[in-house]
Parts: sequence; C-alpha cells; structure tokens
Amino acid sequence: MDFSIHMTGFLALYVFMLAGFAGWVIIGHVPAILHTPLMSGSNFVHGIVVVGGLFALLNASTPLEQGIGFFAVLLGAGNAAGGFAVTQRMLAMFQTSGPVARHSRSHRAKAHRPKAA
Amino acid sequence: MTHIAQLTIGVTDLLAAFLFMYGLKRMSSPVTAPSGIFVAGIGMLVAVVASFLYVFNIDEAARPFLMTNVGLALAALVLGGGIAWWAGKKVAMTAMPQMVALYNGMGGGAAGAIAAVELFGGKAQGATPLAVTLLGALIGAISLSGSLIAWAKLQGILKKPLRVRGQQVFNLLVFALTLAVGCYLVYVSLDASQPLLSTPQLITLFFACALVFGVLMTLPIGGADMPVVISIYNAATGLAVGLEGYVLGNPALMIAGMVVGAAGTLLTLLMAKAMNRSIRNVLFSNFGDAPKHTAGHIKGSLKPTEAGDAGIFMHYAKTVIIVPGYGLAAAQAQQKLYEFVKLLQSAGVSVRFAIHPVAGRMPGQMDVLLAEAGVPYDLIFQLDDINDDFKSSDVALVIGANDVVNPAARTEKASPIYGMPILNADQAKQVYVVKRGEGKGYAGIQNALFYADNCNMVYGDAAAVLTKMIESVRGLTTKAAA
Repeated sequence: MDFSIHMTGFLALYVFMLAGFAGWVIIGHVPAILHTPLMSGSNFVHGIVVVGGLFALLNASTPLEQGIGFFAVLLGAGNAAGGFAVTQRMLAMFQTSGPVARHSRSHRAKAHRPKAA
Repeated sequence: MTHIAQLTIGVTDLLAAFLFMYGLKRMSSPVTAPSGIFVAGIGMLVAVVASFLYVFNIDEAARPFLMTNVGLALAALVLGGGIAWWAGKKVAMTAMPQMVALYNGMGGGAAGAIAAVELFGGKAQGATPLAVTLLGALIGAISLSGSLIAWAKLQGILKKPLRVRGQQVFNLLVFALTLAVGCYLVYVSLDASQPLLSTPQLITLFFACALVFGVLMTLPIGGADMPVVISIYNAATGLAVGLEGYVLGNPALMIAGMVVGAAGTLLTLLMAKAMNRSIRNVLFSNFGDAPKHTAGHIKGSLKPTEAGDAGIFMHYAKTVIIVPGYGLAAAQAQQKLYEFVKLLQSAGVSVRFAIHPVAGRMPGQMDVLLAEAGVPYDLIFQLDDINDDFKSSDVALVIGANDVVNPAARTEKASPIYGMPILNADQAKQVYVVKRGEGKGYAGIQNALFYADNCNMVYGDAAAVLTKMIESVRGLTTKAAA
C-alpha cells in the first residue's frame, strides 16, 4: 500500500480555497476583546512550518542544505514555542477573570433572591 | 516500515490540521479561548514528534547524513524552542506586540529557509513548483525582515520613521528587481542555455532583494500603524507557509498556513477599518508624520489639577467611563486602576471601561491588560456599544490615551487622523486626562480635548496618579466612618 500524498495543482487549489474560507469564517465571529490573543494564536498556528523545516533538514545532503535546514527548524521551533507561550499567557488571563466574573454575578443573583422573597 | 511511517505521518498531520482549526474556533470566544490554545498546542506537538518518522522515507542522497541531520534537528528544536519559550514566558505584558512580531518574523524566516533548501538543492522541478517555491520564499523573506523592523520600532530601537524623497519609487524598483530575478530563475530552469549568473548566485540575489525590500517597505511606516503592519505580516507568513506546504506535499502546512493567511487578512481589514484607513494608506502614506502646522487654532488652556482632587470628584459622581490607552500599559498600572475602580464601585459609582479598537499598540491589548488585572469583562465596552453614553456620563477618565479621544478626527479635515472613529470622551460633563507630560500622542498631533473647558489634566505616571487617587478616596471613607 502507498500512503504518500500526491498534491496535484487543482487539488492544491481546492485545499487552499476551503482552508481560506474556513479561516475567514472562524475569525469572522471573534469579538474585539480577543483580537490580540487571536493574532498571537494564529501566529502560533503557522509555527507548523517547523514540520516543513524538519522535512527539509532530514532530507538535506550537502552542508549548505544542512545549514539552511538547521536555520529553518531553529526559526520554526521559535515561532511555535514562543507563539504558544505568549498566547497561553494572554488567554490565561481570561481564564481567571471570565469564569470568576460570571460566577460572582450568578452568586450575587442567588444572594438577592432570598432577600426579595 | 516505510508505509507505516507514511500512514502515521498522514494521520497525525490530518489530526494536527483538525486540532488547529478547532483550537482557533475555541479561541474565538472568551469562555473557551484558554482551552483553544491547548487544543492547537497538542496538534503542534503531535505533528512535530511524528515528523521524525520522515527518517524512514528520506532521499537516497541524504541517507549517509541521517544521524547528523537528526542530531541537528533535535538541537535546533531544543535551542530555538527553548529560547523562544523562555522569552515568551518572561517578557512583560506591554512587550507582547513586539514579541508577536518577532515570532512571526521567525515563522516567515523558516518558510523562506525551507524554500532556500529546495532551491539550492534543486528539488523543486518544473515551472509551477519552482514558481510557487519562489513566491513562498519572497513572501517569507519580506515577512522576516519586515517583522524585525516592526519589532525594532515597537521595542524603541528605531525611533523615527525613515523617509526619503523618491523612496516609494526606489522600493518599487527593488520589488520589480526581485520579481525579475525570480522570473529569470524559472526561465533558466526551463531553458538550459548559459545564464548570466549561476543558479546559486541568482537564488542568493533573489533572497537579498526580498529581504531588503521587507526592510525598505517597513521603515517609512509610523509606529502608530505597527499593529496593522504586524497583522499583515502575520497573514503573509501564513500564506508563505501554505505555499511551502504545497511544495513539500504537506497538506497540514497548506491548511494551517492558508487558514492563518485568510484569518490574518480579515483581522487586518478589521483593524484598518477601526482606524478608518485603507491598507494601501497604511503601507504607502506617511501617517505618523508630525504635521508641521498644528495647534494654531486650538482655543483654551491646559488646566492641571491634583490627582487627589480628581479622585474625590469621581467618588461623588454617578457614572464614570474610563478610557485606557498605552500609558496605562506602559506604567503597568492596570492593577492599581482596578483597585481604584472597586473603591468607586463600593461608593455606588457606576464604572465602565470604553475600549477603542486601536487603543494601545495592538487591537485588544487593553482588553488583555484589564483582564490581567481581573476586571470582569462585562464592565468592558467596545467603541460602538458605549460611545453614545459619554454625553450622559458625569466623568470620563482618560488614562494614557490620546489619539483615540482626539476630536480633530471628527472636525479637522487636514488632520492625519481625520475620519477615524473616536471615543466621545469630550462629551462627558467632566474629563480628566492622566498623562505623563504635555507630549503629543503616537500620531504626533495636538489634542484639542486637553484644552477644552470641561477638561483637566492630571500629570504624572499612571501608577503614581492612581495611587494618589486611591489614597484620597480611602481618606474620605475613613473620615466618613470616624
């Protein structure tokens, strides 16, 4: 069996088109409050380029290719790791404030009810 | 073994592509956002680990170098990933925008480097793969050098936009030269006749031109436009990654890259719209240039007041709207601000936050800062939702914001920010502006609001000013209790 992927021209265009639509639609519903984390998050996602770098480096057969391949993996890994670290830090803030805020509100609502009764 | 490796890589890449999209989807709501990045992170981890299975299926020529290459790969992953991780964890919240620029540049550089390996190794055969590789290389290289300039500007290393007469024509020439070299490379690959320069020389020239163009294109853009520029480069890197994914026959790269390309483009348009500027305007006009003739017709005077007095005034107000800006971020005063807000709230004052889409150095930066301080996000309102409430509000407290409350955007056609939607802070009954000094905003223009009759200036570092406000309000309540 052959599991290699053959990406012909038109198939590639279809993939690009669908992925483009998906990206557009996913971001279309993002509230402004999340714009910075989202830019950072999408910055992390294109860190997948490190996988391409690994492919290039593992297939390198000259010192020049090895050197540039090393560079590619180095930068790609930086993109992925740094992007994750920064995004995660930004979003962690929402974790603490978001649920707490909602919680306190519902708590207040509960506390009010007996008084009203 | 080869087939099992291929199957595993295929499945993990598919999984990674799914997890990226699902993660981004989760990131689009504040409630699910924190889990979104972890979902995407798992996808990344799985894909990176599985990519070592490529060793079972490498080119014959690379086989003797296998151990060296695996060692290099591990070293690069640990080194690049480790340093970036450490830096990303350590950097201050105010420096986030330039960190995003830096990491984005690295991604663009990686895409460019992959293209370089393909080109120097002669692996991209045929006109279409070669052209796509070159296009990805072009975009990646521009994104790398451009992002580095954006980083240097936000970091304060490059202070002034650099503009020379005829610069745009020169930039255009460099770009045309890059394209010409690229086209010539494709032509040389098709027609085996003796080229003017050897192929490696042409490839080097191509990359050099692209990198120089990225620098030249970004240098004249003012700091105020950097968020939009970073967003453009973010989308560009995504596109470059997608194109290199096609060259490598890797659909995960194609999908992830294209999703980011599209999402980044939309994000860029949203930002540009918030500033009422077209992308073309951002890239090719001279925003951020201090206009030579200003302020001649601004009436009134600057009326400084004590922080304590302003704090007490707000304590007795019914409604206060706070407009935060970069000054708040620079002073790291978000905790102090929320402490003050809680004091006001306990005195029965209704306090809300009004966020301009481009407040700070990046859209949403203020939201992130306030979230960090623990401000519940039902107190935070975006421009359209709160702008009509200023006129019924007792106090507008502007902290370290300038251009986003400048009425010149409404009235003055000559102003570079004319037409930009602004927060109507000037319509509140009383306006307090907390500012470090009499300097101008990032756009470098005078602000008539500061001279208005209903406006008082509170000079000082935001953190110090808020500390004084807190003390004065505390003093009131303890006196009342005694």
